[in-house]
Amino acid sequence: MAEQKIKGYQTGTFVVGNRLLDPEQRSTQARTERSNTLTSGHRACQGCGEALGARYTLDAAMRASGGKLVAANATGCLEVFSTPYPESSWQLPWVHSLFGNAPAVAAGVAAALKAKGREDIRVVGQAGDGGTVDIGFGCLSGMFERNDDVLFVCYDNEGYMNTGVQRSGATPPAARTANTKPVGPEPGNVFGQGKNVPMIAMAHEIPYVATATVAEPRDLEQKVERAIGMRGARYIHVFVPCPLGWGAASEDTIRLARLVKETGIFPVFEAEHGELTAVSKIRRRVPVTEYLKLQRRFSHLFKPEPNTEVLERLQAGADRNIERFGLLADDEGADFPGEATDLARPPEKEQGPPPALVEPDTDSNTSMLLKETHGKPR
Amino acid sequence: MLEQLEGSQAVARAVAMCRPEVISAYPISPQTHIVEKLSDLVRTGELEPCEYMMVESEFAAMSACIGASAAGARAYTATASQGLLFMAEALYNASGLGLPIVMTLANRAIGAPINIWNDHSDSMSQRDSGWIQLFAETNQEAVDLHLQAFRLAEELSLPVMACMDGFILTHAFEQVDLPEQEQVDGFLPAFEPRQMLDPAEPMTIGAMVGPEAFTEVKYLMHAKQLQALDAIPEIAAEFTEVFGRESGGLVRSYRADDAETVVVALGSVLGTIEDVIDEMREQGVKIGALAIKCFRPWPIDEVREALSGADRVVVVEKAFAVGAGGIVGQNVRLALSGCDSTVFDVVAGLGGRPITRKSLRALFDDVVGGELEPGGLHFLDLKTDVVEREIGRNQNGRGLGPHAENILRDIGTVASDSH
Amino acid sequence: MFQVRIHGRGGQGVVTASELLSVAAFDEGRHAQAFPTFGSERTGAPVVSFCRIDEQPIRTREPVSHPDAVLIQDPTLLHQVDLFAGLDPDGYILLNSERGFEALGMAEFVAGFRPERVQTMPATAIAREHLGRPLPNSVLLGGFAGLCDLVSLDAVTQALRDRFPGKLGESNTAAATAACEFVRERLEGGVHA
Repeated sequence: MAEQKIKGYQTGTFVVGNRLLDPEQRSTQARTERSNTLTSGHRACQGCGEALGARYTLDAAMRASGGKLVAANATGCLEVFSTPYPESSWQLPWVHSLFGNAPAVAAGVAAALKAKGREDIRVVGQAGDGGTVDIGFGCLSGMFERNDDVLFVCYDNEGYMNTGVQRSGATPPAARTANTKPVGPEPGNVFGQGKNVPMIAMAHEIPYVATATVAEPRDLEQKVERAIGMRGARYIHVFVPCPLGWGAASEDTIRLARLVKETGIFPVFEAEHGELTAVSKIRRRVPVTEYLKLQRRFSHLFKPEPNTEVLERLQAGADRNIERFGLLADDEGADFPGEATDLARPPEKEQGPPPALVEPDTDSNTSMLLKETHGKPR
Repeated sequence: MLEQLEGSQAVARAVAMCRPEVISAYPISPQTHIVEKLSDLVRTGELEPCEYMMVESEFAAMSACIGASAAGARAYTATASQGLLFMAEALYNASGLGLPIVMTLANRAIGAPINIWNDHSDSMSQRDSGWIQLFAETNQEAVDLHLQAFRLAEELSLPVMACMDGFILTHAFEQVDLPEQEQVDGFLPAFEPRQMLDPAEPMTIGAMVGPEAFTEVKYLMHAKQLQALDAIPEIAAEFTEVFGRESGGLVRSYRADDAETVVVALGSVLGTIEDVIDEMREQGVKIGALAIKCFRPWPIDEVREALSGADRVVVVEKAFAVGAGGIVGQNVRLALSGCDSTVFDVVAGLGGRPITRKSLRALFDDVVGGELEPGGLHFLDLKTDVVEREIGRNQNGRGLGPHAENILRDIGTVASDSH
Repeated sequence: MFQVRIHGRGGQGVVTASELLSVAAFDEGRHAQAFPTFGSERTGAPVVSFCRIDEQPIRTREPVSHPDAVLIQDPTLLHQVDLFAGLDPDGYILLNSERGFEALGMAEFVAGFRPERVQTMPATAIAREHLGRPLPNSVLLGGFAGLCDLVSLDAVTQALRDRFPGKLGESNTAAATAACEFVRERLEGGVHA
C-alpha cells in the first residue's frame, strides 16, 4: 500500500475510520487481532460509555505492551458489570480491591514487578470518576507524586452511577442526580469551583496527562499507546457518557461524547511534565444547549421555561475552556504542536466565527452530523 | 548472634532476612524505627531486590501490599493505632482475597483522646478482620514471630499480624539472638503464590460474589483460620528445631500445673506478671499464668485445657469493649463454658499506664482472697476520685467541656505523667 | 538487679545514654534492658530513660520507680521534676552542674546519702571541650563509670565507639574518659562537692 497521510475527516465519518488507512495506522478496534480485553457477555447497560472506554483503552494498551498487561480496578460499575462470580469478562490479569485504593494497588503491582525484574509487564489502574476524583484521590495523588510506573485511567461519567446516580466531584453544575434533584431555589448540582483532575495531575508534573472521549477511539488509542511507551506515572481522563445516569438515549453515547468536546465543555488535550503539548481543536463550535438538550439530567433547564441564567453560566464555562485551551482552529495564539491538533484541524475554508448561543441552524456541523448518523436532526 | 539492640532494629533486620520484595509503609509512632531501618537496608542495597514504597497513608500502604502480593511478591508493612484503623477496609480485603501479607503491629492505644502510648485496643479492634494475630512477649520473640509469620502466611495464603507492644518492646534495648541468613533461608522457602497476576495465565482476582456463594467463601476463610491452629504449633516446633529456642505457638503456661489461680495475658506484660507469680509462689500461693501467643484464630481447646483446672482465672488485658466488657475475657469464658472456673476481667495498662508489680500483686491478692467481684469489669489503678469528680461535674449541667480536658485540669498534668 | 534512671531534656541524648549503658553491660556479659519514658517529647522537654542490669534475664517491663542510681543531665530540672523519687540512701547520684551540691542548696539533701556515691560534675563544659557541643550524655556515662563500678570505662567507651563510628566515637570516648578521671580524682581527693 502506498504511503499516504490521510486526514481523519476524509474517511467519511467523524470516527477516524480504517479502511482507507494504511494497516499500521488503523485503529486497534478495527483489527481482527484485537485482544478483546473486556470481552462480550458482561452486564453493562446498553450504550455504556464506560464499557467502550475500557475496551478501547485496554485493547490499545494490550497491543502497545505486547499483551503484557495487568489491570487494577476500583470498585464501581466497571468492576460490578464485568465480574459477577463465577464469570469474568476480563481477558487480562485483573485485580479488584476496593473503591478508593486502585492507584495504590496498581502501584503495588508495579513495585512487585520491578522487584521481580518483570518491568516488561505494564500496569494500568482504572476507576470511574468517584474512584478517581473523590474517594481514590489521595491514593492517586500519592501515586503521581511518587511517579509510580502506572498508567491510571479515569472513565468519567460524572457521577456515582453504581450506587444509583449520586453527585460526584466530577458532576457538572446544574446536573440532576439522585441527591441534587431539581427542587428548591437552585435546582440541580451546585456551581462549584469544579475538580479538574487532569489539571491537578499536570500540577504533579507527571510525565504524561491526556484527556479523551469515547467518540474518538483513534485519538484515545494513540494516547494510550503513547502512555504505554513512557515510564512513570501517567494519567488519561476519558469522558464516557452514561445513558442511565444522564437520562440519554443509548444510541446517543457517542454523540454526547462528541458534543461535549465540540461545545468546549470538555477540552481534549495532552500534557507532558506539567506542560500542555497538544489540544484537539473544536471542528465546528456548537452551543452547550445542543449537548445539554439530549440529557434528561438537564431537562429542568429547558422546561417549562428555558433557564437562561443557568444556560448562560454553562455556556460561559465552555467559552472559558475554549479560550483557556485555545480550542478553536483559528486561535493561533493558543496553537500547540502535536498530533492531536492535526487530527482535529478542520479544512481551512470551514474556518469562521463561532456561532452564538442560539438554536442550532440546520446547516450546522452538528446538524449535519446528526443527519449523517441518525437519519434526522433532533 | 547475640546482640544488645533496640527491638525495632532487631525486628527490621529479621524482616529483611525474610527477603520481602515490596515494603510499603507510612510513618506512625511507635512503628517508625522498624520501617526507617528497612528503608536504610533497601537504600544501601543490603536488602535487594526490594522496592520500598513511601506511601501517603496507611490505607495506601496496605493497598500497595495487596497489589504487590497479588502480583506474586512477598509484601510487608508495619503500623499502629490510628494507622491500623485507617487501613481497616484494606485489612478485610487482604484477608478476603487470601493474600499472605505480613504486618508488624506496634501496639498503641486508639483515640480520642489522642494517645501515642501502648495498649492493645488497635489489635483488638481488628480481631475479626480475618488476619492471624500473634503476640510477642519479648523482642526475641518479636524477631522469631516474624520468621514464623511469613512461613505461616504463605503456607496458608492468609495475612498475619505480628503484634509487639509499642515502646515497651519496640523502643527497648535488650539482648536478641538474631538468626543467620542461611538459617532463615532454610526455614522460609521462596514465596510461591497460590494466586498471581500473570499475563501468561490471566486471572481475575477480586470478583464480585453474590448471595449464591458468599457464605461459602467466608466459610472457607474460617476453615483456613482453623487450619492455622494446627499449622502454628507445627511451625513453632520446626522453628525450635532449626533455631534451638522456643518461640511462638498458641499458648504458653507458666507455673500453672497445680495453680488454683491462673493469670491470662498477652504480650510483654507477661514478664512482669511472672515476676509477681514467682514472688507469690515463694509465699505458697498456687498461682500461675497463661500467655496467649495467638489471639486469632482463638485457640479455644488449648485455652480450655490450660485453664479448666483453675478455680480462678484473672484475665489482664490492655483493651476492652466499651459498653460491654473484656474482650479476651469473653473469649476465655467461651473456652471455659461448662467449667467451674470463675473468670475475672481486669483492664490494665490503657494508653501506656505502667502495669507495676505492686499493682499486680495487690490485684492477685484480692482475687486469691476473694476480695474482687467476679462478673464486673475491673480497671487496674483507676483513679476513682478523678472519675467520680468528673461524673459529679457532669450531673450538674451542660456545656462543661470534654472529659479529657477536665480531667487533665483536675489532676494538674499535661499529657505525660513521667516521674 | 541494678536500676538506673537518667533525667534530662529532649535533645540531650537521654535515651541514647541508657541504651549505651545497656550495651556496655551487655558487652560485659550481663543482661540489660534500656527503655525511655515513651513520650512524644520535643526538644527541651523533660525526658526520662531507664536501664536495668542483672546477671539474670530481666522480665519485668515496669518503669524504674526505685532506682539504684540517678543520672541528671540538666540541673535546671532540679526544681521541676521529682528527680530522686524512690532513691534510697545507698543510691548513687551524678548531677551535671558547674556548682557543687552546697552551692545548689542541696547540702542538706545529699547529707542523707553516702558521700562517695554522690557527685556533681561540669559535664556540659567537658562535652564542649571534647565534642564542641553541649551534649552531656557520654560525659555522664564516663563519670558514672568513675563513680560506681557497675560498668567499666572500657565497656562504656567501646559502646560509644560502636554507636558512633570514626571521629565522633573518638571524641565521645575522650569526653567519657576525661569525665571518669574527673570523678575519680574528686573521689580520691575526698571531695564530693
